[in-house]
Parts: sequence; structure tokens; C-alpha cells
Amino acid sequence: MSVTTLSAPIMAHRQQSWLVRLFDYKPFLVVMCLAPAIGLLAVFLTYPLGLGIWLAFTDTTIGRKGIFVGLENFQYLLTDSLWWNAVFYSVVYTGIATFGKFALGFWLALLLNNHFPFKSLLRAIILLPWIVPTVLSALAFWWIYDPQFSIISYLLVDVLHWRSSNVDFLGSPWPARFSLIAANIWRGIPFVAISLLAGLQTISPSLYEAAMLDGASAWQRFRYITFPMMMPILAIVMTFSIIFTFTDFQLVYAITRGGPGNSTHLLATLAFQRGIAGGELGEGAAIAVSMIPFLVFATLFSYFGLARRKWQQGESND
Amino acid sequence: MTDTVARPAVADAKAAPDTMAWDSGLRRLMMIYLPLGCFVLILLFPFYWMAITSFKPNAELMNYKEHNPFWISSPTLAHIKHLLFNTAYPHWLWTTMLVAIGSTTLSLIASTLAAYAIERLRFRGSPYVGLGIYLAYLVPPSILFIPLATVVVQFGLFDSPMALILVYPTFLVPFCTWLLIGYFKSIPYELEECALVDGATRLQILRRITLPLAVPGLISAGIFSFTLSWNEFIYALAFIQSGANKTVPVAILTELVTGDVYQWGALMAGSLLGSLPVAIFYSLFVDYYVSSLTGAVKE
Repeated sequence: MSVTTLSAPIMAHRQQSWLVRLFDYKPFLVVMCLAPAIGLLAVFLTYPLGLGIWLAFTDTTIGRKGIFVGLENFQYLLTDSLWWNAVFYSVVYTGIATFGKFALGFWLALLLNNHFPFKSLLRAIILLPWIVPTVLSALAFWWIYDPQFSIISYLLVDVLHWRSSNVDFLGSPWPARFSLIAANIWRGIPFVAISLLAGLQTISPSLYEAAMLDGASAWQRFRYITFPMMMPILAIVMTFSIIFTFTDFQLVYAITRGGPGNSTHLLATLAFQRGIAGGELGEGAAIAVSMIPFLVFATLFSYFGLARRKWQQGESND
Repeated sequence: MTDTVARPAVADAKAAPDTMAWDSGLRRLMMIYLPLGCFVLILLFPFYWMAITSFKPNAELMNYKEHNPFWISSPTLAHIKHLLFNTAYPHWLWTTMLVAIGSTTLSLIASTLAAYAIERLRFRGSPYVGLGIYLAYLVPPSILFIPLATVVVQFGLFDSPMALILVYPTFLVPFCTWLLIGYFKSIPYELEECALVDGATRLQILRRITLPLAVPGLISAGIFSFTLSWNEFIYALAFIQSGANKTVPVAILTELVTGDVYQWGALMAGSLLGSLPVAIFYSLFVDYYVSSLTGAVKE
């Protein structure tokens, strides 16, 4: 329709300079179109990634060029209890937070898949924790976890009388660790819920009808239809979630900065502390690089999980 | 495309007999509304707490015995006034806005062109370029910030918001390209072919046919980029040194958190004000946001 109206001015432009004809030459146009994106990514992503791996094998510090020291940084990390501590907490943090986010997010998605008034408004409200800058909501959590004026302590002590003293959320290792995990779960639920809701809406209702005719219970319908049909999308969302939870930085940096007594350092915050704050660029880079094997493992794991499911279902890929 | 649109409608029709069969009103209340209410309460509570703290006078803030902590008896604007007139907060907001707009513009241009080339120009190897850009999204900033800091210093951009404008596209471009490829895919090829037959150049086709049809995609890519750059923390923390050039999230944490006694009122007011621009921006386009988020995941 609009094509016919367009053609007149286009014809008028026919006789044009060599420049326009150059842009009509497809290989040139392809290169020109890709240049900005590839250029930016090459300079600010691929090159730094390579540089980071190189730095991990040097003893560079801020203001001084380092020399190649081979595996020395990594050998040192293996003897460093803080690094082991960070690996341990990163794994715990990722494991529990991912589990929590997916269990609660899936539940919320199933709830949102029902029918009730103001549905789209509710979806919009629910996404807020995901939209608001993490550091700013982390500050709210920091205040909620305040040792003296925590609102949770107030509820537990003064309103419900369940405890006799305030909870010291961030003062000792395990409570601090779980407080951070709770904040991370809170922040992650909306994204998981909305993504899984999208997946739920693509499941054909005829499957449920058939199962109902066969007398399947609600649980059986979930177990044998919903869950397997959701597997591909679960795998994708989970890969993302694992990668970004494992490499999280903001929440921990804003709430505990790795404390108390370095017990809540994630690999990313430890890398920051050593590399930027402490000036040991080489060592910081080595800590950052040590995250890569975990990330590759997580990606491959869910990629193959996904591939297997696809093969089982015979190419239904949505 | 058509069947994804049709499906939810069918799902609606199906829900009715299902609900009648086993849901009494009470059961529905207990199984759906009650848990949903709890979710909403928990997900929104920190914002409520943030908001209420921003307007509480210090006396009420630290005294739960005489004042109900969930309410404000005598609201005050003191914290916000302090923030706006005694700190560099307006300047931080301005910097954050500048960085978010700059990096969003840059990313939109780069990723629109890239997505057009990958999806529409179809050259040999275009799927691999697409895959490469997608994989770039999986490289997290916490692996890159140390080497990037040295790159930024090499380019003489250390402590300059320009560094952030140039670096943020590394996570924005992969995401936007991925989103826009999906939008371009949904535009019928015939439209472009007709224009090509009529003698339009490829750039004219992009400008006058493909881009106008992809406007919803451009809007959602823009919202995502804006919110993601407003959110960004680790690069801004590592590359910006001087107080005046900081972005809101970094500045609040490094400039407002001072000493042992935290200024909770001012901190929460800062968080609230820093969240508002994204929240407002997001609420204007929430439908695009939700549909593209779900669309991107479905791909």
C-alpha cells in the first residue's frame, strides 16, 4: 500500500551520485551497518576480555606496567583463604538465590496466569523491583537490616513478641550471608515471573483439556504438562540468572562490602577490592578470570539440558 | 506470529469451565488472591519503607516507641531539601541523565544498523555474527571492569562521563540487537521487495519502510537501554573518581554514606529521587516493556 506512494519520489532520486550507489552495493552496506556495533564491541569488550586474561598472568599494579609471571597469581589464589571463601560464598549465593527466585517466581507466574481484574496493572507493579536501580533498593534493604532500627526486628520483638532482642542481620557471617541472599531473591523474582508467564501463555490449552478428560489431577497436569513444556524457557532464563547472580556485585558492595570479616565476599567484590581499591590489577584480574570456568560450566550445562529437551519434543521451539 | 496472538484468547475460554469445576470462591481466595497479596506486599514493601523514611523527621526515624514506624506523624521535606541544596545531588542526577541518554542513543544507532544487516541484508555468515553479538551479552561486567579501567585510562577518558557513554553499549548493544532482530523478523519481506523492484535504494528502504514499522521495537530497546544504563554501577564506580562526575547510584553510596551515623533520611530520599526517573519513564511505556521482555524471552 504505502509502496505505491513511495515509488514516485524514489524514482526522482534515481540519478544520484556515486555515493548513493556505493551504499546500494550490498557488501559495502553490510560492512557499514555492522561497523558501529562490531567496532564498539571489539574495542570495549573483546579487547578488554583478552587484556584481562593477559593481566591475570602478570603482576601489574596501578601505575606500573607488570611483567609476565605465568600462573603465579593463580597459584597464590589457591593458597588464599579469602579466595576460597569467596568461591564458597559465590556458589552458595548463586545456588540458594537461584533456587529461591525460580521457586517463588514460578509460583508467582502461575498465579498471574489466572484471571482477575487489573491484571496488567499488577504485572507492571510487580516488575518494579527489577526496574529500580539495584543499589538504590539495596540501600533500602540496608536500612531494613539496620541493627537497631530494623523494621523486621521491630515486628518480631515489639509487635509479635517472638524474640526478646533485635536481630543482628549484618553483624555476623551467616545472618549476613542469608540477608544478602534474601535481597537478591527479592530483586530477581519479577524477572523470572514475567519471563515464565510468557512461557506459560504459549502452552496450548488443548493439552490440558486432553489431560482433564483422562482424569489428571491439578498436580499431574503441572508435573506432566506445564513443567516439561516450560523446560526450554526455564533453561534459558536460568542460564541468564545463574550467570548474573554468580557475577553479582552491586548488592554485596552496597550492603556489606564483603563484611563482616570478609565473610560475604563474592568473587566480583573480591576482585574489585584487590584490583581497583587495592591497586593489584594483576591479582584482581586473576580473580575475575577465575569466574570464567564456572560461567562456561553453567552455560554448557543449561545449553545441553535445553538441547536434549528439544530433541525429545521434536522441534517445538517456543 | 498469528498463533501466538490467538493462543491467550483460547486460554481465556478454557479457564472458565476449569474454574467452575473445582474452584469455589473461598478456595480461589486462598489459592490465588492471598498468595498474590503476599507477593505484592513483599515486593513493594522496601519502596514503601524508602518513601516513608524520606519524609520522616529524624526524631520519628529513631523512635519506634512513641511513633508508629509504619506511618509519619509530621512529614518533613528536610531530607529532600538537604539533598538538593547541600549536596551535589542535582549534578549527579544530571550526569546520570546525560550518560543514560548518550549511551542509549549510541546503542540504538549501532544495534539498529547491526540488526538490519543481520536480519535483512542476509549475507554469508550473518547467523554467526548474530550469535557472536548474542554471546557478548553473556560476558558479565564484573569480569571486564579491571581491564576496561586500564583501557579507559589509555584513552584518556578516566574520570569522564564520556567513558561510561562509550562503555555501556557493550552490554546494551547485544541486548538491543537481539531484541530488534526479532522485530525486523516480524516485518514481511514483500514490503522491502516491492520497494526494491520500484527502484528504492537499500538505505531508503531502511529509512522509509523498515524503521517506521519497527518503531515499537525501537521504543522498547530504548527503554531497556535507558533503565539499564541508569542502573549500571560497577563501571561507574571503577572509572569515575571525582565527586561531581559520579552517577546517582555510585554517588549516594560513596558520597552520602559518611561516618558511623548514617543519614537514613537523606539516603532514602536520595534513593527515592534516583528511582523516580526510571519508574516514571518505565510507567509511560510499561506495555512495550512487558511485551518485549516476554517476546525476547520467547525467541
